[in-house]
Amino acid sequence: MDTINLTIDNKTIVVNKGTSILEAAAEVGIEIPTLCHMKLHDLNIENKPGGCRICVVEVEGRRNLAPACCTDAHDGMEISTHSLRVVNARRTVMELILSDHPFECLICAKSGNCDLQDMAHQLGIREVHYKGEQSHYRADTSPAIIREIDKCIMCRRCETMCNDVQTVGVLSAINRGFNSVVSPAFEMNLDHSECTYCGQCVAVCPTGALTEVDETGKVIRALADSTKTVVVQTAPAVRAALGEEFGLEPGTLVTGKLVAALRRLGFNYVFDTDFAADLTIMEEGTELLNRLNRFLSGDKDVKLPILTSCCPAWVKFFEHQFPDMKDIPSTARSPMQMFGAIAKTYFAEKLAVKREDLVVVSIMPCVAKKYERGRDEFKVNGNPDVDHVITTRELAALIKLSNIDFNALPNEEFDNPLGESSGAGVIFGTTGGVIEAAVRTAYEIQTKKELPRLDFDELRGMEGIREATIDFDGLPIKIGIAHGLGNARKLLEDIQAGKSEFHAIEIMSCPGGCIGGGGQPYHHGDASILKKRQMAIYREDSNKAIRKSHENPYIINLYKEFLGEPMSEKAHHLLHTQYFDRTEKVKI
Amino acid sequence: MTVFKKQVRIALRNCGVIDPEQIEDAIACDAYFALGKCLTTYSPDEVISEIKTSGLRGRGGGGFPTGLKWEITKNVESDQKYVVCNADEGDPGAFMDRSILEGDPHSVLEAMAICGYCIGANTGLIYIRAEYPLAIQRLKIAIKQAEEYGLLGDNILGSGFDFKIEMRYGAGAFVCGEETALIHSMEGLRGEPTVKPPFPSVSGYLGKPTNVNNVETFANIPVIINKGAKWFSRIGTEKSKGTKVFALAGKINNVGLIEVPMGTTLREVVYEIGGGIVNGKKFKSVQTGGPSGGCLTKDFLDTPIDYDNLVAAGSMMGSGGMIVMDEDDCMVSIAKFYLEFTLEESCGKCNPCRIGNKRLHEILTKITEGNGTVEDIERLKVLSDVIKDTSLCGLGQSSPNPVLSTIANFEDEYMAHVKEEKCPAGQCKSLLRYDIVEDLCTGCTLCFRNCPVGAITGERRLPHFIDQSLCIKCGVCFEKCKFDAITLT
Repeated sequence: MDTINLTIDNKTIVVNKGTSILEAAAEVGIEIPTLCHMKLHDLNIENKPGGCRICVVEVEGRRNLAPACCTDAHDGMEISTHSLRVVNARRTVMELILSDHPFECLICAKSGNCDLQDMAHQLGIREVHYKGEQSHYRADTSPAIIREIDKCIMCRRCETMCNDVQTVGVLSAINRGFNSVVSPAFEMNLDHSECTYCGQCVAVCPTGALTEVDETGKVIRALADSTKTVVVQTAPAVRAALGEEFGLEPGTLVTGKLVAALRRLGFNYVFDTDFAADLTIMEEGTELLNRLNRFLSGDKDVKLPILTSCCPAWVKFFEHQFPDMKDIPSTARSPMQMFGAIAKTYFAEKLAVKREDLVVVSIMPCVAKKYERGRDEFKVNGNPDVDHVITTRELAALIKLSNIDFNALPNEEFDNPLGESSGAGVIFGTTGGVIEAAVRTAYEIQTKKELPRLDFDELRGMEGIREATIDFDGLPIKIGIAHGLGNARKLLEDIQAGKSEFHAIEIMSCPGGCIGGGGQPYHHGDASILKKRQMAIYREDSNKAIRKSHENPYIINLYKEFLGEPMSEKAHHLLHTQYFDRTEKVKI
Repeated sequence: MTVFKKQVRIALRNCGVIDPEQIEDAIACDAYFALGKCLTTYSPDEVISEIKTSGLRGRGGGGFPTGLKWEITKNVESDQKYVVCNADEGDPGAFMDRSILEGDPHSVLEAMAICGYCIGANTGLIYIRAEYPLAIQRLKIAIKQAEEYGLLGDNILGSGFDFKIEMRYGAGAFVCGEETALIHSMEGLRGEPTVKPPFPSVSGYLGKPTNVNNVETFANIPVIINKGAKWFSRIGTEKSKGTKVFALAGKINNVGLIEVPMGTTLREVVYEIGGGIVNGKKFKSVQTGGPSGGCLTKDFLDTPIDYDNLVAAGSMMGSGGMIVMDEDDCMVSIAKFYLEFTLEESCGKCNPCRIGNKRLHEILTKITEGNGTVEDIERLKVLSDVIKDTSLCGLGQSSPNPVLSTIANFEDEYMAHVKEEKCPAGQCKSLLRYDIVEDLCTGCTLCFRNCPVGAITGERRLPHFIDQSLCIKCGVCFEKCKFDAITLT
């Protein structure tokens, strides 16, 4: 590759052609401040509209200042990143941004986690010299995401996630001049759009313009209500990320402390969504094998590939975008909803508690789960199977609010009967995990032989679309994996065009899967955090005594005592669902 | 007539001369002759060389050498290239592009085909604002007629060269005149600029090499081919060749489009072609370059108009707006007026333009309302410099020009506003003061009866008074008083 020589702040440096000034500077340890720019290495996601103008630098011989993020380094360039001209411009631009931003830091949901706040501090802004009109827009509350657009700084990161990565296309800049803002079309509310509530906009928003709906207050009230029995379930990806909120290294597993914290918060029973993930495998795996065997026996009506259905954003995505294909995904409910249904029937019966007196709280890495729990099909006489959903971030806030010294907590075990899980249930938290868990069970049921190995490296990784063929004792099963809805769209279009050769496809909406969910601790553009969380998930799996869902004794018992067998009528009633064409709902 | 004596019509040569809906009329005036000449006699390189020799520079405002632009686009390897005509004329008061498209559409079509031949493109796109229905209609007719004559379409004049032209409509966003924004708009995306490089000549419409030229630039091309680069380059100044169309407006007797050789002085334009200032008032300033241009004083009246001289004087050529102001115009208000325009037309993508211009406008408003300070003038300068230095596209990089040039050339007027709370031109209402001269007032009560806000008090046959705290400076009392007893200061 061609290389070029340049000097940055009097340091000489040789870089490859095509390197941006920002990247070149980083190579010699000069961190040029940025605000709108975001690059998620490994995931191939980059946002660099060149709009914030914080990263401007002075290039010798150039008329105006150059944005470092989107200006390529050239041979012989002499760059200054902190000359008087640069610092003055950078601070003035920052003051301008602040002049149109509410000064509500003390009560903002993003306080302490806000890139804008950090940048104001880094640039030493002590006074905003430019005062004037501030933008005011109507706040928009949806079941999962709150848009407080007064706080939008037009960095366009959410647009990149919504349009380029997820191909949902709900958020884009509208209006002109001072009134420009990021919004759904015609300034409609999110709940009148094709928004999937994946929350990737929330995950990357540098300010408090996009946040999750806060349900911590409802949880606190439920816990304080002595007439209620409150059970909690925690999703697999939570344990691999929660520690970050308490200063622990990304990738630290905090399962035991998480359980201890939940118990101290006052939950009557601390259960695990991983248990329900094992249950999902039983249902979804059985459905897969049913379809597969009918297909192999020549049944023309059977639809393959089967698509996973654990991810609520993905479900909403295909209901809007591919309603003609709504009979292809598995009918299995997500683990969270399976848990809720079992908790409010099987477990409530065990406790002899009425379902109205049992409150199910979910701790999720996800904001779409807030929406999912409110879907009508997951309610019985208006009472939802899952009452409240809080994200990993909200749980951290709750723990801090309750004066619990998280890092000093002992490791504790989940309660039973809904707390035991296999390693297969754990890996639901990462891209590739659901299908690997399914393979572990489906293989043994189909072939009636024990798996020769449990780690399917060919299904793991961070590539946006992956494929692998798993040998089911002579029967090659073709598996596809997509994470990120844009990647999912590609696989769906192949199916639509009749080009897909997969038997089963796993789809997760968020890049990285649930570990990268919209409710996880903010990664602030550092995608290596997702990899560390992924490693933690696999570590938890390999540490488990039981690693196959169908070997979970509590699952076996649940079928024996209550459900009968997978896909039984009772299982169908409680653990499966249906999908709806939502195209009409968002017509303007 | 004096108004025509100093004019040389190249771009406007056929406007008003031919029936734009009859291709035969155009052909009788040499339309498509240059295209034929290029296709049959010259290689693309020879045509480009001719354009380069002519010294033609982009008439849309940038002033980039047209031949060089064509050459760069030609030299990029690609399976598909595009020629784009920028007809998104947006400067307030400028309408030369519309005139050309309405009066001589074939000159633009012909030039686009010549450009296509040179750069290796077989598709041309005209990006035109939907507010120009007549221009759109005439272009459509012209395209159809040219196709019927085999002057557009496949195998033009049997040369083997194919070229088709399509129309794309803009919604009247000023920023879409910026070529990257224009291309995004054509692609169906939000019309906002992206950082250059890559330039459209490398990666433009649908990622393909695209040559974007303005209407007036194109209109010059056939004449250059027909009459030769040498002929063309004899007109104008050393670095600015040919003519420029200006939209002459403001406090001047002859308003409208004029086309003059580069190098004509502002004095010739204002006093000879323009016929001087209306009502014999005193010339104060001429604003060139549209909303991003600057205001020049009488000191620049003898400056020959060309790209470089205007920039050196703190203004710019722009697309050719030229607004003349007299002693009654307040320069602070003028700066505010232009900023109001750019403020609304900013795409909002980058912070300095979106928020910075808003703050400039607010400070100017403060000054015109009599609440400004000397520090505010300093702040205007500092902020203007930062906006110019940090904005993403040409709009923001030039939007503070009216502020900076009015401060540079009329600082005393700004000072009068902030120090004496006076508007020397008497335009800033908040700074006006109406008083009743006791000795002259007869107590007729006419002012009292006409004041819409009840600010005037007084007994019949006794002197009246104006309560300054209530007065809205509407001037009704001043107009009604029959005894000149009311003063305006």
